[in-house]
Amino acid sequence: MDLNFTPAELAFRDEVRSFLRDHLPVDIAHRVKNGLALRAEDYTRWQKLLYRRGWGAPGWPKQFGGPGWGPVEMHIFDEEAAAAGAPRTIPFGLKMVAPVIMAFGSPAQQQRFLPGIISGEVWWCQGYSEPGAGSDLASLKTRAERHTDASGEYYIVNGQKTWNTLGQYADWIFCLVRTDPNAPKQQQGISFLLIDMKTPGITVRPIVTMDGAHEVNEVWFENVKVPVENRIGEENKGWTYAKFLLGHERTNIAGVGASKRELGRLKDIARKETKNGRPLLEDPLFAARVAQVEMDLMALEITNLRALSAESEKRAPGPEASILKIKGTEIQQALSELMMYAVGPYALPFERRSIEEGDLASIAGPEYAAPLAATYCNVRKVTIYGGSNEIQRNIISQMILGL
Amino acid sequence: MDFNFSDEQQLLADTVQRFVRDNYSFEARRDILRGPAGWSREMWQELANLGLTALNVPEEHGGLGNGPVETMLVMNALGEGLVVEPFLAAAVVTPVFLTRIGDKAAAEQLLPTIASGERIVILAHQEPRTRGEIDQVATRAEKTSSGYVLEGLKNVITGAGAADELLVSARTSGRTGDTDGISVFRVDPKAAGVTVKDYGTIDGLRAADIELKQVSVPASALVGAEGKAFAAIEAAHDHALSALCAEAVGIMKAVNATTLDYTKNRKQFGQPIARFQVLQHRMADMFLHSEQARSMSYLAAIKCVDPDAGERRRALSAAKVIIGQAGRFIGQQAVQLHGGMGMTEELMVSHYFKRLTAIDLTLGDTDFHTQQFIAASNAA
Repeated sequence: MDLNFTPAELAFRDEVRSFLRDHLPVDIAHRVKNGLALRAEDYTRWQKLLYRRGWGAPGWPKQFGGPGWGPVEMHIFDEEAAAAGAPRTIPFGLKMVAPVIMAFGSPAQQQRFLPGIISGEVWWCQGYSEPGAGSDLASLKTRAERHTDASGEYYIVNGQKTWNTLGQYADWIFCLVRTDPNAPKQQQGISFLLIDMKTPGITVRPIVTMDGAHEVNEVWFENVKVPVENRIGEENKGWTYAKFLLGHERTNIAGVGASKRELGRLKDIARKETKNGRPLLEDPLFAARVAQVEMDLMALEITNLRALSAESEKRAPGPEASILKIKGTEIQQALSELMMYAVGPYALPFERRSIEEGDLASIAGPEYAAPLAATYCNVRKVTIYGGSNEIQRNIISQMILGL
Repeated sequence: MDFNFSDEQQLLADTVQRFVRDNYSFEARRDILRGPAGWSREMWQELANLGLTALNVPEEHGGLGNGPVETMLVMNALGEGLVVEPFLAAAVVTPVFLTRIGDKAAAEQLLPTIASGERIVILAHQEPRTRGEIDQVATRAEKTSSGYVLEGLKNVITGAGAADELLVSARTSGRTGDTDGISVFRVDPKAAGVTVKDYGTIDGLRAADIELKQVSVPASALVGAEGKAFAAIEAAHDHALSALCAEAVGIMKAVNATTLDYTKNRKQFGQPIARFQVLQHRMADMFLHSEQARSMSYLAAIKCVDPDAGERRRALSAAKVIIGQAGRFIGQQAVQLHGGMGMTEELMVSHYFKRLTAIDLTLGDTDFHTQQFIAASNAA
């Protein structure tokens, strides 16, 4: 047993560090490290820089342009990028639809769609959840009916998707649609379609969350015409691809690197804030709360490395990822909560525009305090999305405990 | 980065697991507890025959020269069986102390007989003021013309009643709380002025309070240099923390398995109670806690010998906290999920619960180690 990285892995880490030092734009890192909103352009600019370095798609196999990294290299990259203040990867193209296209798409689909994803030219979003289909995703109702005309075979899609993240910027959406409403089981009769967001009949409506952010949308489909060639794999087999995708959604789910960065920020803030004339970080009660999160994070880091190590040896990564999701998100929430409490009443002044524009001087109180309550509100989502933590507990009890 | 164990390590783990399964059933353990001593010298010899008492003894003194990872694997297995013989005190703490203190004569005299299982030697260090703070030594050793006179009280020393010989820490100079000035002496438990008050503890183990009243020992009883024992005591303490964490991890694995099994078999409202989601989620959380605990036990085993004192303290204290919390949650919920049966002596679950409870109170509890972690982090 050895918890250290090998010399080769350490050399790789240095390579990643020096790339980040030389190429991560300072203004983007500033926004990430201070809890300010990122613009779509920030994500794209960073993706293009990574692509130029050959690191546009860390998880992809070499044949599609990936760097051929193993799980440990990917982990090191994620950790270092997070520590340096790089934007998180927008997963919908790179980590979700791309693996599905690679595994189940035709060679023509692979050639058509993958290059735009890795280069950062094409923005993808997800059409999974519906108002009536959340944790129970297979109950989705968006309908796709097959027709033929002179242009060939196509589907007509009608329905509504929701919790669509950053779809206001998207060029394409991947959707689960019902192609056979009479199938004996809900999971049967679902197909996986790729839809151009410019197609007539698609309406994107913002959902503003409690932090004032426009991060998610409703997407309406009204007689949207989708060529059959945009279907992945077989008709009515979409649930298989959907489950495959959800498995990929869980890579880097622990978010250890980002939480370490946020822990550092919490400590910085708690050193600047005072209580009874002493730094807040020296207050025994507050210090104990910080220490608890730090120790939980230490444990999660090792648990994550154990999962990676199992993955490297091709033992199934499997349902253990649910542990990483539960603990990782609990830690994220605890950190955002402690940061907000650290600044006390100055957590309350709120101006969305300033957080968007990165102009915090106009808000009352120290600049570091300005986004904290909004972040706290925003981070409530993490135990809900990606399979709520209750669903994760179902997975543990069914897949691991055999209940 | 590698989480695999070597073939030898895996063999050791399998061997001890098998031994515990075959020789340390619920009934066998109960009979040992009901015996006159509350532990079994024959069982001790069996453990010695497996090589376990030699594990932490260097090869030059007739041991196997293994380290914290092997100790962890053994403690996992002993934890699963709730073995009551004083392995941690006699086969981890003492040999690590004697190896580190750098006293050739004491090592040559004691370590081979410890390795063979012939003698049980116990380090009596803890005092009422200690509570995890190992520099808190108030027991005094006054120098005389022929040696030293010891005066003081050592409390809740696990396995001390079984000891053929005691290693007693006492202050030869300085004040309570100084790391300098602590010395260790070889003491015959039957010597004049020594009272060993042996008692059972809630977890089925034996411990003793040792009262030292004008106990005269010769100058040759001093182990190592006068006043310089702290580093070796600390090393033994750090190994013990790692080992104790590993024992807890073994117990958690077993208690989770027995709880899962019980809820699958226990029927209410016409179905196994494991079908109820509220219990499923509780057991998912118990599993999650045990995995986090295992991760920290690995970290403790690696870091307990880290030369960087700050790193070592941070890792060991964090491990003790995470494992203490996990043990408390898992132990309490296991009793809860067993319902009334969880309250009885008749099932293993209550015994697991009691040992997990005791572990949190041993070598510094969760609150103490949270403070230690904060102090070590601030110093870094």
